[in-house]
Amino acid sequence: MVDKKKIYNWFDERVDLKNIEKFLEHKTVPYHKHSIWYYLGGMSLFLFVLQVLTGILLLLYYKPTAESAYESVQYIMTEVPFGWLVRSIHSYAANLFIGMVFVHMFSVFLMKAYRRPRELTWVSGAFLLFLAMGFGFSGYLLPWNQLAYLATNVGTNFATMVPFIGEWLLEFLRGGKEVTGATLTRFFGFHVAVLPGITTLLLAIHVLFVQRLGMSVPVSIERQIKQGKAKRLSIPFVPNYLYRDMLGWVLAMGVIVLLSSLFPWELGDKADILKPAPPHIRPEWFFVFMYQTLKYVPKVIGVFGFAIAGLIWILLPFFDKKSNRGEPNRLYTIIGVFVIAYIIILTIIGYVAPGE
Amino acid sequence: MDEKIPRRDAINYLLGAGLVALGGATLYPVIRYMIPPKASGSGTASVSAAKVGDLKPNEGLIFKFGDAPAILVLRPGGDPYTASDYVAMTAVCTHLNCTVQYRTDLKEIWCACHNGHFDLQGRVMSGPPPAPLDMYRVAIKGNEIFVTSEKA
Repeated sequence: MVDKKKIYNWFDERVDLKNIEKFLEHKTVPYHKHSIWYYLGGMSLFLFVLQVLTGILLLLYYKPTAESAYESVQYIMTEVPFGWLVRSIHSYAANLFIGMVFVHMFSVFLMKAYRRPRELTWVSGAFLLFLAMGFGFSGYLLPWNQLAYLATNVGTNFATMVPFIGEWLLEFLRGGKEVTGATLTRFFGFHVAVLPGITTLLLAIHVLFVQRLGMSVPVSIERQIKQGKAKRLSIPFVPNYLYRDMLGWVLAMGVIVLLSSLFPWELGDKADILKPAPPHIRPEWFFVFMYQTLKYVPKVIGVFGFAIAGLIWILLPFFDKKSNRGEPNRLYTIIGVFVIAYIIILTIIGYVAPGE
Repeated sequence: MDEKIPRRDAINYLLGAGLVALGGATLYPVIRYMIPPKASGSGTASVSAAKVGDLKPNEGLIFKFGDAPAILVLRPGGDPYTASDYVAMTAVCTHLNCTVQYRTDLKEIWCACHNGHFDLQGRVMSGPPPAPLDMYRVAIKGNEIFVTSEKA
């Protein structure tokens, strides 16, 4: 028989297992009527890991050139055993991931979880959202189909609006003046190397912040506790919270696999620069609210409006004095609800409004 | 008291079985996915290696046979128009898969990686290769030299 105790001691002597155990034993998570929202961060993390794993699998067969990208994805979808499943999971989980990050962000905003001392957790999270959108944008082009080709033309074109370096930025993104195979190879590099590298680092920082500062308890609950109307409750992270987390992951995986099996992700037609844009063309859903806005306002106002709004959104926590004092802040709640409503309504209009 | 499995144990067994099933259901597609499907074209056992006149006597030429290199040699003093004066064999050394070459000075097939020597029948003469090189059949049709796998 193997002496378990001996093996344990061998590792303990080298990596201080006892300390890790003690840490995990003492880690707790607040428990109250809003604590369901705590699971969204872990869910986003799970979906990100799923993207990394399925992404690595896709790399086994994918070829990042204009001549063979489309064919290699076609090969994955039709020839490779379970290739359709792997690619469909990657596509569905990507969308679910971005959706989850959005909901995670808004729940944090509405619960004012960004308030002192968690401003940097908020800022790092906001940048992670931008990175997620970058993943979505760059990954969308990789199958080299017609819609992706057009979407990339439109998307990269906005780079020209950046003052002074616009033209340079456009060529940097496209690898030339136009969207070509050079763009594809570049986007591939962004998608599988540059973005994952930056994201992993930022994600580590984000999670480290969460760990150092613990979960934020909403202002309303905090007040009830102070007034003696509620007790400060918590549950152990291991195993109580972690099991709940994992249950959510299994459910999410089930939904993703179900969707992938019933509706495998489409490939579309191969990119052809001679084909005109079809009517009702729109970007991926998480860009639609911005895309739709640009139908109502001049391009300059729209683009700079969103840039400034995004910046303000990131900086809002630094001006929320009320929440920092532990008082409810109606104005910020209204801002949050307005932004959510704006995004939802413009997205819906983008999908149902007849094309001009 | 009956000897029943305590409830907690039963739940643990169920949970464990569930996890094993989940692991299997995840690993099976992943492993199947990682094994590449057989390419439909790799079964071709006959290729046009060269044209008559490409090789002079005592010369060798490496050509693509399926996805791997193979070597065609016209024997010293051989007639370029006679199929039996040519020999063809795989160019993949049986030792560590380096690509071999024809040494005109030695009139032998030679692997540079670990100094393996083969004769024109593919037999190991010296060095570390553990097995002979697979021989192919040579035929001339019109102006072209066709090489066919013996196994086909």
